[in-house]
Amino acid sequence: MEKQQYERPLIKRLESKIPNKFGAKPNLIPITHIDEVAVKDLISEHGSPLFVISEKKIRSNIRKARKAFETRYPKVQFAWSYKTNYLDAVCRTFHQEGSWAEVVSDFEYDKALHNGVNGSKIIYNGPDKTPESIKKAIQNNSLIHIDHLDEYYTIQETADALGIKAKVAVRINMDTGVYPMWDRFGFNYENGQAWTVLNKIMRSDVMTLVGLHTHIGTFMLSAIAYGVAASKLADLAIGIRTKYDHQIEYIDMGGGFASVNRLKGSYLPGVDTNPTIDDFAEAITTALINADFKPDELPLLILETGRALIDDAASLLGTVISNKRLSDGRRSTILDIGVNLLFTSFWYEHPITPAQPFTQYTEDTVVYGPLCMNIDVLREHITLPLLNKDDHVVIQYVGAYNMTQWMQFITLRPRIVMIDEKRNVNIIREREHLDRILEFEKVPDHLKKFDL
Amino acid sequence: MDIKKDVAVSDSGFVFYPTTGESFSVNPLGMEIIRLMKDDKSFDKITEYVVDHYNVESSTIEKDLLDFIEMLNHFSLMEDDGEG
Ligand SMILES: Cc1ncc(COP(=O)(O)O)c(C=O)c1O
Repeated sequence: MEKQQYERPLIKRLESKIPNKFGAKPNLIPITHIDEVAVKDLISEHGSPLFVISEKKIRSNIRKARKAFETRYPKVQFAWSYKTNYLDAVCRTFHQEGSWAEVVSDFEYDKALHNGVNGSKIIYNGPDKTPESIKKAIQNNSLIHIDHLDEYYTIQETADALGIKAKVAVRINMDTGVYPMWDRFGFNYENGQAWTVLNKIMRSDVMTLVGLHTHIGTFMLSAIAYGVAASKLADLAIGIRTKYDHQIEYIDMGGGFASVNRLKGSYLPGVDTNPTIDDFAEAITTALINADFKPDELPLLILETGRALIDDAASLLGTVISNKRLSDGRRSTILDIGVNLLFTSFWYEHPITPAQPFTQYTEDTVVYGPLCMNIDVLREHITLPLLNKDDHVVIQYVGAYNMTQWMQFITLRPRIVMIDEKRNVNIIREREHLDRILEFEKVPDHLKKFDL
Repeated sequence: MDIKKDVAVSDSGFVFYPTTGESFSVNPLGMEIIRLMKDDKSFDKITEYVVDHYNVESSTIEKDLLDFIEMLNHFSLMEDDGEG
């Protein structure tokens, strides 16, 4: 007799409260393939957990973003935000698509150089630029975005000593109607700080003011705020033109566009509610075009978009370790993926979908990672089909910040593969080994031996 | 296996408990198991039955059956001694 397919027995109380806190219905179909490659094969070949990046999706995202801006504004340049995901293969995909590099540390700066980006196409942001890296950036003709006055003086001294003019821009923070305001970076627009540093730069004979920069926040759900910010930067640019007869080359609007992810606590998926790249493009370009620039003096528009270009291009595959019942009757599922690999689960509700067929029966579930830590929770509430031990799951929209902010904690970090446009699966980062970790450690002689 | 006598199961997978007026939904195997319990089948007999009819290891069904009974207890659908 042919045996029937097993699904574990399930009983659920019927409740009439809608909507429940578990939010939207789960995906009704399993994710069995990514870019036509079977999840099962990916895991059997490369292990679990496994990060999988779609090169095709990255390329279509950046092309779509470029189109959104380039059809509305004559001069547009994207710069890939390294911290969002600085795997060489990812950066080079963006560079092949024409993006410059945007970096915020000497490590990231060197990585961009290593990737072959010309120094003049590296934007150097952030509050922690070492004197050595400032020197390198001046010599390489990079675009140095000044964050604070101490940095201004370091650049002044370094450029003076080198006898090379530094190309600088100023990071501006401002009130765009979105709170909390990101006022810890750069110089404030409203209180006059911005003009103080702009005046200093314009009087310096070792700096050229090439641009104005802002990054108004992250995962912004308001396109209007970008319009406000662009108007304020345009106002400064026109002020500089009037006061010093100096034309800046670019306005850099930073990053921060919301991706398709869903923030914790919101009922509807991000795909349905967040502004699209076209909405952001419309707000920014309208503000710039409506500003008082002479038509032939429109500045280059730079975008440092990170998460919106990569979140939905990567998934994290994992495996069910166990199903457990909590003391209050709730179902819990333990995956082999912890918050050490999925940092963004602290603020997003990532979709989790089984990678094999399932029935219509579901259970409200808490999804835990494998770490021996109470904080290791991937989803506090999710409605999931009935998973069995060793089943596979696909966690979506993990491309931004996870592969840079992940931690080697309790477990070693897994492999990362990228599926190219010809459906080849390329290993782009190896799994970690104990040996690599031990390479960094040193044991003092007197601790080398012990008897137990 | 002492499931409460007045717990009613319909063919379409609904379980009704008149004492509290609560209803529950069960999946096909859940329904079969409740029926076996109402027929006074023991834990071992139920396990055996499932292994005979389904593509599953006995260790898996044992664990899942314990969990299922825990949920029946949780919903107060088992007689108070709770023992099978
Ligand atoms: C200066 C700067 N530019 C760009 C980004 C990328 O932001 P996002 O990934 O939100 O687009 C960040 C991120 O914090 C940033 O600080």
